[in-house]
Amino acid sequence: MTAASRSAYWRANLRLVISCLAVWFIVSYGFGVLLVDVLDRIVVGGFPLGFWFAQQGSIYVFILLIFFYARRMNTLDRHFNVHEE
Amino acid sequence: MELKTLTYLVIGATFVLYIAIAIWSRAHSTGDFYIAGKGVSPVANGMATAADWMSAASFISMAGLIAFLGYDGSVYLMGWTGGYVLLALLLAPYLRKFGKFTVPEFIAERYYSRTARIVAVICLIFVSFTYVAGQMRGVGIVFSRFLEVEVTAGLVIGMGVVFVYAVLGGMKGITYTQVAQYCVLIFAYTVPAVFIAIQITGLPIPQIAFGSDVVGTDVSLLQKLDDIVTSLGFTEYTDGSKSRIDVFCITLALMVGTAGLPHVIVRFFTVPRVRDARASAGFALLFIAILYTTAPAVGAMARYNLLETIQPGEIGSPDGNLSYGERPQWMKRWEETGLLSFEDRNGDGRIQYYNDANPGFRPVAESYGWEGNELTVDRDIIVLANPEIAGLPDWVIALVAAGGVAAALSTAAGLLLVISAAVSHDLIKGIFLPGISDRGELLAGRIAAGFAILVAGYLGYNPPGWVAQVVAFAFGLAAASLFPAILLGIFFKRINKEGAIAGMLTGLMFTYGYIEYFKGLFLKWGGSPWGEDVAGEWLFGISPEGIGVIGMLLNVAVAIVVSRLTPPPPERIQKLVESIRVPRIFDD
Repeated sequence: MTAASRSAYWRANLRLVISCLAVWFIVSYGFGVLLVDVLDRIVVGGFPLGFWFAQQGSIYVFILLIFFYARRMNTLDRHFNVHEE
Repeated sequence: MELKTLTYLVIGATFVLYIAIAIWSRAHSTGDFYIAGKGVSPVANGMATAADWMSAASFISMAGLIAFLGYDGSVYLMGWTGGYVLLALLLAPYLRKFGKFTVPEFIAERYYSRTARIVAVICLIFVSFTYVAGQMRGVGIVFSRFLEVEVTAGLVIGMGVVFVYAVLGGMKGITYTQVAQYCVLIFAYTVPAVFIAIQITGLPIPQIAFGSDVVGTDVSLLQKLDDIVTSLGFTEYTDGSKSRIDVFCITLALMVGTAGLPHVIVRFFTVPRVRDARASAGFALLFIAILYTTAPAVGAMARYNLLETIQPGEIGSPDGNLSYGERPQWMKRWEETGLLSFEDRNGDGRIQYYNDANPGFRPVAESYGWEGNELTVDRDIIVLANPEIAGLPDWVIALVAAGGVAAALSTAAGLLLVISAAVSHDLIKGIFLPGISDRGELLAGRIAAGFAILVAGYLGYNPPGWVAQVVAFAFGLAAASLFPAILLGIFFKRINKEGAIAGMLTGLMFTYGYIEYFKGLFLKWGGSPWGEDVAGEWLFGISPEGIGVIGMLLNVAVAIVVSRLTPPPPERIQKLVESIRVPRIFDD
């Protein structure tokens, strides 16, 4: 494997990780903690929205994020031909 | 059949199952003993990770904590799930690619240093024993309430069972036992939740019932809770009393700590491929989320049921409160354990339950003729008492007891295994006796596991506090010590051994010192705690539960600065880092 494709693969990986972590941060620390007072004014399905993100919504997003990341990495691995046989 | 007999039968049946699995999946080599021969499927590993991860704290304590903390309880929900995102994205695939047996082994090779390995072992033992102490207290509570045996006897039985399958089966035995334990515990957790959700809202899905209208009214459960608790002087259920920065830091410490817990990390060493490690983290979180999204619903419903029981009539009217003589059976049973108690301060023979620590509410309480809160409920009993409070049949109660034991034992076994691996593989094989044979090392691992069980039993006999709270400290320590060392080791080639060692020691000592200063963890050296544990005294308003975040930042800062001031790591280490960053094994 060439040094150039190694570093291209790593950069693509870092980009993916950083965007996933941005979502991770926004749903939990953003919606669930920092913006909770604002979002709590909106009530959805009996839940103040900020409270819902803190106790339910963020967890659902976390699961989706991991599966999304795992899928994208599999594609990336094949694209750069570094996947396992 | 009597409840006690039924509980004995159910718990006995699960014990037989666990031991049968352990015998079927005995470990034959050190590879089996430490990492189950790398042959576990991602879904099975996800289930085992979920059981490993969800401890007595998750099963027994968490919903109770949330019931009393309301919004503030979110720190546990987000904190103990969000860490899997970090694990999947930042650690698990790379450590799986590294492909060795233990976390200190990674630290030793990446930082080309036996000292780093010893420091990592110290961090690991600190974290794991803090955590295991919480589990053993959980086992003690379940046994003393449901089997009506002495706590000591309960501990000895629990230790005996763990001994059989951890020592015999090693990681392989533990993995398949944990799959069974996951099934027991998740069934035991969700069945009562569904029943209670139907009773309160008429809907069978707790996650939805949580926000729905209470049967026969058009007011939602959460709205109703907010109304009742505020008229008893408590903070609104959907709003918290912790400061934002503290909520932020506790959540982050728990998340990062999750990703830094050796017994969780090592689970990802057991799958066949790097891609399985990524997917397995997703499955683990999915299985965990079934409990974690049910828990806040259970907490809210339990708080509601408790308040409705104590306060059946109008708040403030002389006969609005439950008369002590007419208290339900479940209160009598829990009073015997000492975890629930009543003191009739105003001598009216009725139970008043309100927030007497709220000065603003004092005049109101006085006008009602109340002279202080009269009911003390240990938070740890909420989940266990829940089926009784809701009047569910005895088999559900027995099932919950078995679930609590499964949660505590599965986590204890996972912890004991990493402790024994750290001793036999990292200390004995890695440092003192490098020439030891595979069989000798396997025997050493088994002896170390047996010894660790005895220490865990001792810690369980002298419990250092609430289950969830003790466990929360283990996370702070993991966040401040191991997580940064592993993360920097993968993402920054320039970090060298001097930086990593200095960073780990700084993070561990700072965090441990802070917790000891305000809480007195369990050693209580020199008469700790020395400081008054109130928000005004805390550094930046961060409580001891959240201080791991500062420890982590210090660790990272020290590691980077010290690495810059000392020579870079050798060429072969840079190559090692490059090789763990790609899934396929290249020969170059």
